[in-house]
Amino acid sequence: MRPLSPHLQIYRPQITSVLSILHRITGFALSVGLLLLAGLVISAAFGQQSFDLVRGQMSTWYGYILLMGWSWAFYYHLCNGVRHLFWDIGKGFELSTVTTSGWAVLLASLTMTAVTWVYIIQRSSIVRELLSNANVQ
Amino acid sequence: MPMSSSPRDLGSAKSGSHHWLAQRVSALALIVLSLWLVANLLGLVFTPYGNYVYWLKNPINAIGLILFFAASFYHSTLGLQTIIEDYIHRACIRWAVLLLVQGLTLLLAVGSIFSVIFVALK
Repeated sequence: MRPLSPHLQIYRPQITSVLSILHRITGFALSVGLLLLAGLVISAAFGQQSFDLVRGQMSTWYGYILLMGWSWAFYYHLCNGVRHLFWDIGKGFELSTVTTSGWAVLLASLTMTAVTWVYIIQRSSIVRELLSNANVQ
Repeated sequence: MPMSSSPRDLGSAKSGSHHWLAQRVSALALIVLSLWLVANLLGLVFTPYGNYVYWLKNPINAIGLILFFAASFYHSTLGLQTIIEDYIHRACIRWAVLLLVQGLTLLLAVGSIFSVIFVALK
């Protein structure tokens, strides 16, 4: 098989190429997340018991890790998607702008994720819930 | 790899421009809808069943959630189609996976939208 461009074995990762593939990876991850969000909403139609069953999985340690991952994937795909839309109307193509907007997207997505989770932890009883779960087990 | 070296043998782009535009339009819709949903869900995700039902009884929330599911499943299936077409080269497997993914997307889209209406009117 003829090697395809970019030649990934010898290709030096750059901010542009890494962010580009991240857009696809986060998009795929969000599709899986959407599947589970639909599962949660569908479970609600079957009544409280099935809803609590699904929601209970969200309140576990792996549930929180997945939700944090998805929240970052969401903010990243959103910010980088806006970057793509600007390219679609022909703006921001200068090499320096592409690099700057790339770092800005990364920084913005991480900040939004952090703010989101600080807000959630402050508002809800996640920590208490996790501790009580740990005590039960 | 069973791929032609000449673009002439691959046929026209056919629905390529429609796919491109649909992806952008659904993206624009999702900027608004997803941020609206996140703002609402932040207080809701970790609350009990009753709060979710109460939230859905508001028609604005039910309509917003339905629009979100429609736009996001559409956007999702367009993106997944691109990924499948890029990485699965065997035509018969590619078609099988595409059919499976798009069928599953349709099933979940209908299921989630029906569930929203069902709970909202219960």
